[in-house]
Amino acid sequence: MFEYAPAPESRDVVDIRPSYGLFIDGEWVDSQGGELHKTVNPASEEVLAEVAWATEADVDRAVSAARKAFGVWSALPGSERAKYLFRIARIIQERSRELAVLESLDNGKPIRESRDVDLPLVAAHFFYYAGWADKLGYAGYGPSPRPLGVAGQVIPWNFPLLMLAWKIAPALACGNTVVLKPAETTPLTALLFAEICAQADLPPGVVNIVTGAGQTGAALVDHPDVDKVAFTGSTEVGRRIARSVAGSGKKVTLELGGKAANIVFEDAALDQAVEGIVNGIFFNQGHVCCAGSRLLVQESIETELLDALKRRLGTLRLGDPLDKNTDIGAINSAAQLAKIRELSDLGEAEGAERWSPACSLPDKGFWFPPTIFTGVAQSHRIAREEVFGPVLSVLTFRTPAEAVEKANNTPFGLSAGVWTEKGSRILWMASRLRAGVVWANTFNRFDPTSPFGGYKESGYGREGGRHGLEAYLDV
Amino acid sequence: MSKAEKPGRARATKQVTEQVTEQAPGPGDGRRPARLAVRKTYKLYIGGAFPRSESGRSYPVTSSSGDFLANAAKASRKDARDAVTAARKAFGGWSGATAYNRGQVLYRVAEMLESRRAQFIAELAESGTKNAREVVDASVDRLVWYAGWSDKIAAVAGSANPVAGPYFNISSPEPTGVVAVVAPDKPLLGLVSVIAPVIVTGNTCVVIASERAPLPAITLAEVLATSDLPGGVVNILTGSVAEIAPHLAAHMDVNALDLAGVTDGAVAVACEQAAAENLKRVLRPAETDWFADPGTGRMTAFLETKTVWHPTGV
Repeated sequence: MFEYAPAPESRDVVDIRPSYGLFIDGEWVDSQGGELHKTVNPASEEVLAEVAWATEADVDRAVSAARKAFGVWSALPGSERAKYLFRIARIIQERSRELAVLESLDNGKPIRESRDVDLPLVAAHFFYYAGWADKLGYAGYGPSPRPLGVAGQVIPWNFPLLMLAWKIAPALACGNTVVLKPAETTPLTALLFAEICAQADLPPGVVNIVTGAGQTGAALVDHPDVDKVAFTGSTEVGRRIARSVAGSGKKVTLELGGKAANIVFEDAALDQAVEGIVNGIFFNQGHVCCAGSRLLVQESIETELLDALKRRLGTLRLGDPLDKNTDIGAINSAAQLAKIRELSDLGEAEGAERWSPACSLPDKGFWFPPTIFTGVAQSHRIAREEVFGPVLSVLTFRTPAEAVEKANNTPFGLSAGVWTEKGSRILWMASRLRAGVVWANTFNRFDPTSPFGGYKESGYGREGGRHGLEAYLDV
Repeated sequence: MSKAEKPGRARATKQVTEQVTEQAPGPGDGRRPARLAVRKTYKLYIGGAFPRSESGRSYPVTSSSGDFLANAAKASRKDARDAVTAARKAFGGWSGATAYNRGQVLYRVAEMLESRRAQFIAELAESGTKNAREVVDASVDRLVWYAGWSDKIAAVAGSANPVAGPYFNISSPEPTGVVAVVAPDKPLLGLVSVIAPVIVTGNTCVVIASERAPLPAITLAEVLATSDLPGGVVNILTGSVAEIAPHLAAHMDVNALDLAGVTDGAVAVACEQAAAENLKRVLRPAETDWFADPGTGRMTAFLETKTVWHPTGV
């Protein structure tokens, strides 16, 4: 393995304030009674800033601001809304380095990913939905589909700014106003986005950002004047939201957990498959709802594939997220690290064999080495539960039918991968996998034009593409 | 009978009039006693068969004027579970059938319903439907309309996505799975209007018929059973909505819930809450004009979108 000199991205481009209020009605306001909480850099445990955890009163204020702004915003011609969104997209591009560094600082993901994946997708998402704002009558939802009103949006910590883009861009394009709550461990890019809205002269109240944890999220979801709830996060919280909005008439879309099968047939291009497996489960430290966390490998090539995979894992570089050569960054929080450790220990206790490459972990911060479990049975908890970390469970199969059965043997249904050189087999597999996204001979690709979302307990509704509009229209 | 009516209809009505004359208990002519009609036993429709409720329960169904019509089966939770099992078993085959084939089967259902027009008109009239003829006509037409959607919905609900990279990317609608349906209290048109959009796209379903007027639903099951519709694609339960609907809403092998016929707000909320347990897709009850153009909403409510990616290259 090559030695690499450190190549850190400068953090001088970001200017983090010591503390942040809430962004409501176009202004920064102090929380009414909400405590300040620290957000830390998970790679160093250094405190980055303090943010308020919004109270019910704060949420109420934000929802009223959004309600007030809804009249004006929804009455704007679509072409005018489009121009605001194009402006936002442009500012995101202009400030993308700053946003990427801030994302890596707050989240722990490698700068290579925030710079090359997250930020380009964020800008593209705003560009894409900007273009829809004045074309909604052609989207297949009737000649002049109406917005829903105020959208309450709760997003996770794994792709903070990208999930914000997935929520805010279509909502605004359709004429809704939003109150968005970023995750408690990764609020900073959403707060910088509030600044971007101000720079774009977005009318006050169209976008409101309230920081906080679960209670703030619950206050937002349960607020009687919210017309639409959009949530990305765990299936457990998704269930709670679905139950709490029952009978309220609110429109709900949920993008929840997954336990994707990444299926490799014996005729697959092996080196490409290995790259796909690595990208599938170690991208973003495995903090990906659609991660390929179950490798289903055809029995005949198990040894060969695992040898190649282990060789490849030996070359992954874990460490400083701001280093441009880093492949694996920090685990986002102490709590998430504890969960990954618990499930991994359980994997061993249940009889699976654990393997990690020789890999030194930094002394400070939250880290977990890339880990593979072999000899995993379908009944093992590491084969059934979402670990949401860099942990891969390996299972085997003999026939395509067995692969389909094992892949579908989960309450989740977000994504799946298929690796084979045989075209007809790809299509046969793709039609039988009960998952919202099927990547064939690739994995973890995203695009604003491509609908994303799950089957079964991975949630409902789609984000991206023409389909993504439906979540924010009264249809 | 007006002259404007089509001859085909006239014939059908005449045949049935004769049947009715044969079956109806009429006065004797003095030489032999009046003929006693052979009544139909109304049972459940599960997995293509017509079982009684395993509970042995039934409940009396009366006409709008209060006359006894029949004892309908009063389905139990176990019957509901059996129905879900049958629907799940049928899902693979039905969702895997070609769209053309599903369309043909639905059209066949329309044909069979058309051939029984007079019977349904009489049955609906008995159950208190004022415009029975109009309802039956609209029901047949509704089936024909949905039949044609089978191989078109993918073109309307799917898309080819121009992603910014060297990938082929396509989104297609797929059936959600097993759908539990509470049919509205519109014994034929409402019933057909909730079943057809669910199954035409490849879902299978368990339907709770109108509690007040369940008999046309079971007669519709006879139509389904003779229409090449594979057993288990549609399963029909009669009985108490308040008893069975929450059970289906909580059933972990049901993927979606259509609450069209739930009129009790508390039951609707309880069902929606129970449905959250495995994140069922829920179509909430809403005021509906069953004669109006239904649009695609009842189909798309029970469709998933699957997006497939593949690299392009040589």
